[in-house]
Parts: sequence; C-alpha cells; structure tokens
Amino acid sequence: MDLKELYQEIILDHGKNPRNLRKTENFNKDAKGHNPLCGDKVHIFLKIDENKNISDISFEGSGCAISMASASIMTDLMKEKKEKEVKELIEDFLKMIKESPEMKTKIISENEKTKLMSLSGVKQYPMRVKCATLAWHTLTSAMNNSQEETNTEKFD
Amino acid sequence: MNINNIKKQFPIFNNKVHNNDLVYLDSANSSQKPQMVVDRIYDFYTKEFSNVGRSVHYLAVAATNLYENTRIMMQKYINAKDPNEIVFTKGATEAINLVANTFGQKFLREGDEILLTELEHHSNYVPWHYLRKLKGVKINFAEINNDGEITIESIEKSITPKTKMIAITHLSNVTGAILPIKEITSLAHSKNIPILIDGCQGAPHLKLDMQDIDCDFYAISCHKMYGPTGLGVLYAKKKWLDTLPPYQGGGGMIREVKKEGISFGDLPNKYEAGTMATAQVIAFGESIKFLNQIGIENIEKHESELTKYGEEVLRKNNSVKLVGNPKNKGSVLSFTLDGIHAHDIATILDEDGVAIRAGHHCCQILHDKLGLSATARASLGVYNTKDDLDKLNESIYKCKKIFDR
Ligand SMILES: Cc1ncc(COP(=O)(O)O)c(C=O)c1O
Repeated sequence: MDLKELYQEIILDHGKNPRNLRKTENFNKDAKGHNPLCGDKVHIFLKIDENKNISDISFEGSGCAISMASASIMTDLMKEKKEKEVKELIEDFLKMIKESPEMKTKIISENEKTKLMSLSGVKQYPMRVKCATLAWHTLTSAMNNSQEETNTEKFD
Repeated sequence: MNINNIKKQFPIFNNKVHNNDLVYLDSANSSQKPQMVVDRIYDFYTKEFSNVGRSVHYLAVAATNLYENTRIMMQKYINAKDPNEIVFTKGATEAINLVANTFGQKFLREGDEILLTELEHHSNYVPWHYLRKLKGVKINFAEINNDGEITIESIEKSITPKTKMIAITHLSNVTGAILPIKEITSLAHSKNIPILIDGCQGAPHLKLDMQDIDCDFYAISCHKMYGPTGLGVLYAKKKWLDTLPPYQGGGGMIREVKKEGISFGDLPNKYEAGTMATAQVIAFGESIKFLNQIGIENIEKHESELTKYGEEVLRKNNSVKLVGNPKNKGSVLSFTLDGIHAHDIATILDEDGVAIRAGHHCCQILHDKLGLSATARASLGVYNTKDDLDKLNESIYKCKKIFDR
C-alpha cells in the first residue's frame, strides 16, 4: 500500500478545504462526535423537511485530513437524500470501510462511489479507521436524536 | 560511550518497519528493552520460577531473594534511605493512585486543596479528581509561562493556606520542561505541605537522589526505564508508609485474619497485596544494571546533546513549530506543522519507519491551554543518534511534499 493511496488528491482537497463546514440555520437535528484517540471532533447539523428529506446538512469540527475529508464528502453526498436513503448509505459505507471491497448501494452514482472509495485507504491503517468513520457514526446519532456524544471508542 | 554498541543490545532494531530501519522516537511513551532484560524474563520462567513470599521450598526462597534484591538495587539507584521505601506497583499510574487514595482517606477534608500544574499527565490529575467527588477537595493548577515551563514563582503564587498536597511532574512529557523540583520541595516543606513528584519522565533520563530532592513521594514507570511493562515503583518516605492506611487488601499484606478483624503486615508487604509482577520485578533488576553500566550521567549528556541537535535541525525546517521552549529541557521534541494534523504526520512518518506519537499525550489540560488539539512528539532514548533526527527531519519534508501537492 502506497501512502499516496491514503492521501489521494481528493482527500487532500476535501481535507484542506472541507465543504459544508458551517452551521445550518434552523437545523432541527444535530449530534456531536469525538475520537478520543486523535482528538478529532465533529458536530453535525441537519435540516430535515416534512417529507423526510435532508434539505441541508453541515458540520463544524477539527481533526486530521482523513476525518475532515470524510465529513466533507459525506455531507456533500447526503444533501437532498431521504432519511431512509441516508441510513442505507451509512450502512453501506461502514461495511465498505470495515470489510467489503466495494459499495453495493444503488442510491448514488459510480462517480460518487469512487469518491467514497478513496477513503478505503485507511483499511491499511487500523488506527485511522476511526478517523474515517467518525462523521458517519455521528450522522447516525443525529438522525436518531441521540443526546449522547458519539465516541469512536465505543464502536467496532 | 559507544551508541552503536548500546543499540546492538536492543534486539528490536534488528527488525524492519515497512522495509525501513526502525527510527524509534517514542521513548517517552515507552522505551525499548535491552536483550538482558528480555533474557532475564525468559530465564526466570524457564529455570527459576516460583511465586514469592509464600512457600518454604527451594524455588520460592530463591525467587523471593531475587525479588527483594531488585528492591535493594532500586533503593540504591535512587538513594532512598531504606529498601522498605520502595513499593512495587503496576505502573506509575497505580503509584499515584495509591498516594491519592490513602493520603486522601486519612488527611483530606472538604475544602482542602491539592496543587497540580498545567503540565500534568492525566495519571497525575485523574486520581486526585476522585477526591473532588469523594471528599469535596479543590484542585488548583499552577500555570505555565510562555515557554511551557513551571517556575517556582508560579507554584508559590498558587499555594494557599488550604493547600494540603502538591503533586507535580519532574519533566513534562510534552514541552520537555524540567521542573525545579528540589526548590519546589523545599518551598512546600517550608509550608508543611507534602509533595509528590511524577517521575515518569525524570527517572529514565536524570540522576535521581531522593536525599537531595527530599520529596515525600516519587512515582516511577519501569517500562520507560528500559524495563518490563506492568511495573512501576512508588518511592515514599518511610514515615508516610508507616502512617498511611493500606491501599488494596488481599493476600500477602496481612498479619492476622480473624472473623472479627484483620491486622496488617509490615512494610513492604503492606502495600503489595496479591501476587505481584514477579518476573517483571526480577527483570527490572537488569534494567537498573543496564543503566548503571552506561552511567546515568553519560545518558543525560548524550540525550541532552541530541535534543539540542534535534532542536537545531527542526528550527531550520521552516514548516515546523516547536511546542514550548524551556531553558532546562529533557529529550522531548513536540511540534506542529502548519496545515497538517499530527495524526497525518505520524502516519506519513511511520511509512519511513519513523515512530513518533501524535495526539494530546494524555495532557488535555495543557493542549487546551496551548490552543492545540494535537501535537506530534519525537522523544529520545539512550539508543537514538543524530542520524535518527536527520531521518525525522527528512520525513517531515516528505509530509509537506505530500500535503502541498
Ligand atoms: C508524565 C507521565 N506520568 C504518568 C504516566 C503513566 O505511567 P504508567 O504507564 O507507568 O502508568 C506517564 C506515561 O505514560 C507519563 O508520561
């Protein structure tokens, strides 16, 4: 495994200039996540409309390039998705990061899948998997209205 | 002192990491182990094993003597008055918990204050925090200056009539600041306050003389002293070990056990309940031998030269910002790189076989104060060379190159 695969251009791009790094006005769901090992922190804000569509998603936080890129790419993808689709995407992404060689979902385009697959480089770096999954676990908490801070040490 | 000969005693350096020679710069976290320490564990288990202090058979007596011999070696190593002032624990963490728990139980009341510093490792904060909850004591933190040092003035300013214990690090595991512990001890004693030194980072690198420092408690982590994991040492003045209540209860620490009550054993057994880390204690004797063979003065000199060299090299590297600038500095080089998170640095360096630590190094209070969520840290041991620091620097350049693509 080459380091360049982990630190691909797309990850560096999103890591250095994260998209949706702001706070959604009038958000109606949110959750905080924390990776105690690295100190990565993320706070996700969601606005879900009456049709259970995500009309806006954003995040605040700080952390390594992997965690920032993951949150950035994730929030880009989740916009205008239905709640049900979001759950399916999260599940599929986490499966891909942990064991599966690819993503199976039909909700997103091949192009979008490639973007997410760029995060699969962390598989070679077990200590960094949590950096890639933090935003996704935190999004689940936000959807479930969980008050408890997501802590990556409690997963896997 | 010939570093190549010293390095040869550490079998870990025969291995490659990602096809590179290992550049181990994480000794503040834990040091590597010389062959003689590894061999001692093997020999003890294969030829001499028995539990200590329990049976009268040949092996038990021999093992007990070996175990007690390390206690005496440690007493001499740190110049304690009495071997019974050496208590074995599972680590420095347990040593500090022992003091916080027993001292807190016996001497602390609501409103009493404990003085720590902003440099403290979580191991020298969390055990005292329990007393906040349990006893309603207050914890104060002496503040660092701009160079990441704790001065005697900063301690003096933070002492109040209610201060009942001062617990401070000997050497910061982040900024590398060496605290004036002898002067602080004398200040504490002038106000009748006992003092605990978290010596985790001091003991592997600096000459220790308990008579000279005169502190009440000194906590040591053996795995950072070229010794085995699962072992620490608490040095405590005998007057304290005689006065404080036992910590854990169990076999070995009692005199008489009846249904109506229990009487406790004498030192050192009073604080060593249950089966101890026997093999580790015996092997730790070899670590002390190893340190004595080289001479701690030589280690200090070697590491101090290397630290200066490392600072020089990193200062010339414009992207590096060193964390802290203490005048009296141990062999710790913490740094940040503009725009690159410490964990990304550590992953990229690792590819070159350069092992550093990234994160808050169990010092969240300090990182909050510095306004940093994480730092990268290169820390040195007796086996490191200038070449290691050059490799560190090269790898840092590579980091920049990857991120500036
Ligand atoms: C300053 C300091 N205090 C305490 C500890 C904890 O020591 P131990 O691992 O022996 O419990 C460490 C080591 O991580 C340390 O660096």
